[in-house]
Amino acid sequence: MEITLTVNGRAQALELDPRTTLLDALRDHLQLTGTKKGCDHGQCGACTILLNGRRINACLTLAAMHEADEIATIEGLAPPDDPGALQAAFLHHDGFQCGYCTPGQIVSATGMLEEARAGWPSHVSPNLEAEVALDRSEVAERMSGNLCRCAAYTGIVEAILETAEQERDVEPREAAE
Amino acid sequence: MKLPAFDYACPETLDEATALLAEAGGDAKVIAGGQSLLPFMAFRLAAPSLLVDLRKIAGLDGIEVADGEIRLGAMVRWRDILDSAALARALPLLPAAIGHVAHYQIRNRGTLGGSLAHADPASEFPCIAVLCGASVDVVGAGGHRTIPADELIAGPMETTLEDDEIIVAVRFPRWPEGRRWAFDEFALRHGDLAIAAVAAAYDMDGPHIAHARVAVMGATDTPQRVPPAEDALNGRAPDDDTFGAAAAAASAAIEPTEDLHAGAAYRRALVGTLLRRALAESCAREREAAE
Repeated sequence: MEITLTVNGRAQALELDPRTTLLDALRDHLQLTGTKKGCDHGQCGACTILLNGRRINACLTLAAMHEADEIATIEGLAPPDDPGALQAAFLHHDGFQCGYCTPGQIVSATGMLEEARAGWPSHVSPNLEAEVALDRSEVAERMSGNLCRCAAYTGIVEAILETAEQERDVEPREAAE
Repeated sequence: MKLPAFDYACPETLDEATALLAEAGGDAKVIAGGQSLLPFMAFRLAAPSLLVDLRKIAGLDGIEVADGEIRLGAMVRWRDILDSAALARALPLLPAAIGHVAHYQIRNRGTLGGSLAHADPASEFPCIAVLCGASVDVVGAGGHRTIPADELIAGPMETTLEDDEIIVAVRFPRWPEGRRWAFDEFALRHGDLAIAAVAAAYDMDGPHIAHARVAVMGATDTPQRVPPAEDALNGRAPDDDTFGAAAAAASAAIEPTEDLHAGAAYRRALVGTLLRRALAESCAREREAAE
C-alpha cells in the first residue's frame, strides 16, 4: 500500500506492506537507522520516537496508522555536529556504554521533559496537581520504559537532571502567580 | 517482518467499520492503540486477515465527568486518564490503578477500549470496570447494546463481543461523596503484568463500612468481584481486624491461576496480603486528607 510519512518535518511517499511496523519503515525504508530495534515488542524502549510530540515505541505501531502524524526521530532532534543540550549532557555524564539504547533514551527523555513541563504527574509524584519537581526518583520512574543493559543508568539520570535544571534556569517559572 | 500478513482498513464511520468486521466473519480484528494486539500478532498468537483501524472514526475519545455518570470514549488512552484532573477527583481509584499499566511510551498509545476487548486477566482497566459496575457501550452491524463490564469479560483473552461489534464507550456510575478506595498490585517489576492485584471501594455509614466492593485480578482467570470479602467488610468498623478478616475471606474464596511466575498457593497468599495493605491504606489516606 502507498503511505506518506512525515518524519522530521519531511513528507515522504513509501510503498509498504501493511504489516510494516513504523520502526521497520524508519530503518529499512527511510534509512533512519538511529532508531534502534532492541526487543521489538515494547519492552526495551530502544525504538522510542516522538509521535506528535508524545513518546511511543515505534515497534508497537504500524506505519500505515501514521499518515496524518508528525514523527520525530533522533536524527531530527539535532545535527551530529551541533548536539542539543540533552545530547551534550549525555556525553558529559557518560550516559551510555555500548550506546545501543542511547537514541531511545534521548528521544524518550525529550518527550519526558515535555511531559514534565506540561505538568503530567508520574506514579511517584506526591501531589497530582502540583508543579512537577524532577528528582532522581521521578526521572527513574518516568524513564522506566527505557532499558540499558550496560546499566549506565547513573549517568543517564544525571544527564537528564542537568538538562532539566538548565531549562529551569533559562526559563524561570513565574513564581509571582 | 514478523507479523503475519493482513489487509489494513481505516474506515471513517462506525457503520463502515462494523460492515467490514461483519464481512470478515470473525477473521478481522479492530486495532486502536495496538499495544497488546501487535505483540500478540508478532508472537503469532493472533493472525487476523484484516485489521480495522479506528483512528479516523469521530466520537470515540473524550472524558466526560457529568452529574450522573462518567463517560470514557473507547479511544481514551492511559495518558489521558492519568492527565485528567476531573477524573482524579471524581474516580481517584482509576488513575491510581492505571499508574500500574506498563511504561510511559505504552501509556501514550494504549486505549481502554483495546484493554477491555483484549481481556487480559492481568489488566487493570477491566478490573476497575468490573469493581465499579461500569457499562460498556458497543456498536455492531445490527445496532448498539450495552453490556455490564463483568458480562463482557468471558475468560482469559475472551469477551462476549460479537464478531462485528466495536466498543465505543465505557460509563461509570458517579461515586457518592467520601467513598473510600483501595488498590494494590504486585508485579516482578513496576509496570510488568500483575501477578496479583486487588481493588476495593466502600462507603462509611456512621462508624461502619457499607456498600463494600472488592475485586481481584492477575491471580484469577478473569477480573472478578469477591463477595465473601465484601461480606466481611459490610457493617463492620474499618480496623485491622475487619481488614484481616476480609483478606482471609478473599484468599479463601478465589481460584488462583498458576503459571511460570507464581503458583496458586503463592497467589492466594498474595491476594490476602495486598488486600489487607490496600484497605489499611484507604484509611490512612482519609486520615491524611483530614489533617
